[in-house]
Amino acid sequence: MAYGGYEAAGVAQRRHRAIKILLAGGFGVGKTTLVGAVSEIRPLRTEEQLTETSAHVDSTAGVERKTTTTVAMDFGRITLREDLVLYLFGTPGQERFWFMWDELSLGALGAVVLADTRRLAECFPAIDYFERREIPFIVALNVFDGSRSYTIEDVRVALDLDPKLPIVLCDARSRDSAKDVLIALIEHVLSVADEPVAR
Amino acid sequence: MPSNDERWLDNAAGPVVRPYALTRGRTRPSGAAFDLVATVTATQARVADAGGLGPEHISVLQLAQTPTTVVDIASDVDLPLGVVRILLADLRELGLVTIQAPVSMRAQQVDKNMLREVLHGLRGL
Repeated sequence: MAYGGYEAAGVAQRRHRAIKILLAGGFGVGKTTLVGAVSEIRPLRTEEQLTETSAHVDSTAGVERKTTTTVAMDFGRITLREDLVLYLFGTPGQERFWFMWDELSLGALGAVVLADTRRLAECFPAIDYFERREIPFIVALNVFDGSRSYTIEDVRVALDLDPKLPIVLCDARSRDSAKDVLIALIEHVLSVADEPVAR
Repeated sequence: MPSNDERWLDNAAGPVVRPYALTRGRTRPSGAAFDLVATVTATQARVADAGGLGPEHISVLQLAQTPTTVVDIASDVDLPLGVVRILLADLRELGLVTIQAPVSMRAQQVDKNMLREVLHGLRGL
């Protein structure tokens, strides 16, 4: 059936490959800035299923069926070749959007946890999340105006990260810097893929 | 329920048709689930009865003439992702599109050559 569909399309082209990369971190840490620096920003409308908490706030008490409300979000697209495209999804920082993480992280190649050294604790939930789901990730420290008060090793200790996990410094506003962050992630995924399979 | 002669085609007032009216009230796509970045490709097949297809189905189908992804289609047609998923599932049921899962990304199955291509591409940006 699938083969028939393929033939009907009559294309001898290579398979179109889409790669999903996640960008996590606390609210206002620069996720949108980084995506905008390196990719084409595209708008997306999706639905938020009202959770019990927000259902209470919106006082839909007594309404049996679940209600949804439309949420606007952006994603970034980097077309490396016509048939090789990277998609960057910023995972929403606010707690009420956690439901979207599972959908976004399914099949993701890897993730970047963007951190601000002044508010390091905000990236704990993201680190926990990716560790639990065995999604390869790196930590990128967004350094504003060179206001760097911690070393990479300080951060590694503070976040209790594996010595092999890359931590990179970046300026989310700079295209080259944002590119380097993605390159560091792909290199990390390659090194993870090279590790022998645990039996 | 507004009657048909209540016409106020004003962009600022928001969409005239509620999003899920396009799917006749259905909120779940039919058939197997597919990823946000699954690749959608039109098959060029013809259907005997295209009467069941709405203009939104046709717009989605046109966007899939060259392989594209679910999120790109949703962004282009400016409809909520959930609605686009239902429209795509309809088109798949009619054999008008194929929806291919993205390449496997589980750590040990990653295609290293593809990753090297990605690195090369990123460095060349």
